[in-house]
Amino acid sequence: MTETHELIRLSAAELAEKLAAGEVTSVEVTQTYLDRIAEVDGGERGVNAFLHVNAEEALAVAAEVDAIRAAGGAEAEALHVLAGVPIAVKDLIVTIGQPTTAGSKILEGWHSPYDATVVERLRAAKMPILGKTNLDEFAMGSSTEHSAFGPTRNPWDLDRIPGGSGGGSAAAVAAFEAPLALGTDTGGSIRQPGAVTGTVGVKPTYGSVSRYGAIAMASSLDQIGPVSRTVLDSALLHQVIGGHDPRDSTSLPDPLADLVAAAKTGNVEGMRIGIIKELHGEGYQAGVENRFNDSLELLKEAGAEIVEVSCPNFQYALGAYYLIMPSEASSNLAKFDGVRYGLRVLPEDGPMTIERVMGATRAAGFGDEVKRRIILGTYALSAGYYDAYYGSAQKVRTLVQRDFDAAFTVADVLISPTAPTTAFRLGEKLDDPLAMYLNDVATIPANLAGVPGLSLPSGLADEDGLPVGIQLLAPAREDARLYRVGAVLESLLEAKWGGPLLAQAPDLAAAASGPVETLVGSQEAK
Amino acid sequence: MAAINRDDVAHLARLAHIEMSDQELDRMAGELAVIVDSVKSVSQAAGDDVPATSHPIPLSNVFREDVVGHTFTAEQALSGAPDSDDNRFKVPAILDEA
Repeated sequence: MTETHELIRLSAAELAEKLAAGEVTSVEVTQTYLDRIAEVDGGERGVNAFLHVNAEEALAVAAEVDAIRAAGGAEAEALHVLAGVPIAVKDLIVTIGQPTTAGSKILEGWHSPYDATVVERLRAAKMPILGKTNLDEFAMGSSTEHSAFGPTRNPWDLDRIPGGSGGGSAAAVAAFEAPLALGTDTGGSIRQPGAVTGTVGVKPTYGSVSRYGAIAMASSLDQIGPVSRTVLDSALLHQVIGGHDPRDSTSLPDPLADLVAAAKTGNVEGMRIGIIKELHGEGYQAGVENRFNDSLELLKEAGAEIVEVSCPNFQYALGAYYLIMPSEASSNLAKFDGVRYGLRVLPEDGPMTIERVMGATRAAGFGDEVKRRIILGTYALSAGYYDAYYGSAQKVRTLVQRDFDAAFTVADVLISPTAPTTAFRLGEKLDDPLAMYLNDVATIPANLAGVPGLSLPSGLADEDGLPVGIQLLAPAREDARLYRVGAVLESLLEAKWGGPLLAQAPDLAAAASGPVETLVGSQEAK
Repeated sequence: MAAINRDDVAHLARLAHIEMSDQELDRMAGELAVIVDSVKSVSQAAGDDVPATSHPIPLSNVFREDVVGHTFTAEQALSGAPDSDDNRFKVPAILDEA
């Protein structure tokens, strides 16, 4: 038991080394992770990070990598550094051979006829895909409680939320059910789950990772990015998925910087790190603020210059986001019409017209939060309100960008807590949409401006012992800076803790009681 | 800006093709009123001189060569549809004459 537990606790970089050295096979690694998923994910008190487990295909890919390595020669030489390292994929990202639900009843049982570009790139790197992870329906939420297939639990405390919308990906990585995962971040859906689960998550520069095959919520804000346990692992994965894609018209033509090198040569000496005045202090939990200050001290000791910057227009960012995002979502989700995909529900009586079928299908297929956002977006875009709402919000977007531009003239990287609080209890904010929205207050500005952000664990809050995240922000196209600073801060913090933060998380395997439920199969089995 | 009321929500739900019960309309109207109120300040944030931003990193004239690329077969395109017939999506009556 300890042996397998050692294997799943290795970082992706360490696994890659062991695989390349022939100390372990990909089939062993992949099977160990599948066993772990079977052990901790199912049942009443399971983590519920996975909606679908892709055992057969994952093991086949693992066996293929092992065979190539065993044969040696040019093909083995050409293997990607992460070949054979398994990964989980957020169920908003389409995959051939597995269902894609977006956490919604309206897509239950739907299979995509194509792979997302990022999935194609995982396949090209020969990374076994362990399965699809849970999320708030269509990525709309900050707790994963809006999933139509039940909430994911936080591995640090099973009665608490794992963040959202990518709670499944973050929890899978935190619970050692996967070494890596893909997420999507529209307003913080990679970074905030990272913060509350003690993991690393990166929202790349807008357009630097293809969105082709990510089911769109808000197209001008959505971004796919890596989820991992270490900063270096995120850089490795970012390098796999990043770079230009002609199938996404918003994809940047720029070549990808060497992010892995940035993570490996981390150095903050002489770097100017800007504290954003508006993104800490009032409204932030004491333990969150304390860990934030600890990290600043460490960075200062390592030779960074800490400066304070003000971004006065960030006060409007949350409001602007909750106009732009629903507007774009209401348009993007119009395609779920009971004709082309998934569910069709017929009205109980009356004429069987397409309009009425659409109304009945969308009523039955969408959850409350999705309906709220569609109605809100339809409102913000409607005649008479467009200028006051959507138009004004787009102007705020310009102001937020200008605030970032000004801040980056005096700082190389900006820093803030990732989320105002640690993980709250399941159900606590479910009936108060506005309270739920406030979780994203520190992460949203980056989406509005398109700049990259990275969240890494900064410790445990004094008052509840739960993980706290710290967020680094860099100018657009300067993702490498996040890895440079993030890797330094991570190593300083781990030296202080005497190991990774996740080593302090409770032992889920010991906590799992009762018979082990096997999860291999489709989500219908759950 | 006017507050959002129950009739507005009923109208918007029709536009968005989502059937809603009376109960749902009542609840949604209350929740949306709170949300709309909280985002009101946005309309006062920027002056007329501030241009709108629709995309964070705008790209223009994104073209590709005019050649046939990947296309889905009819079978692939229809594979997730709730109903199809003779290589086409099958839909309920378009006009109200059932």
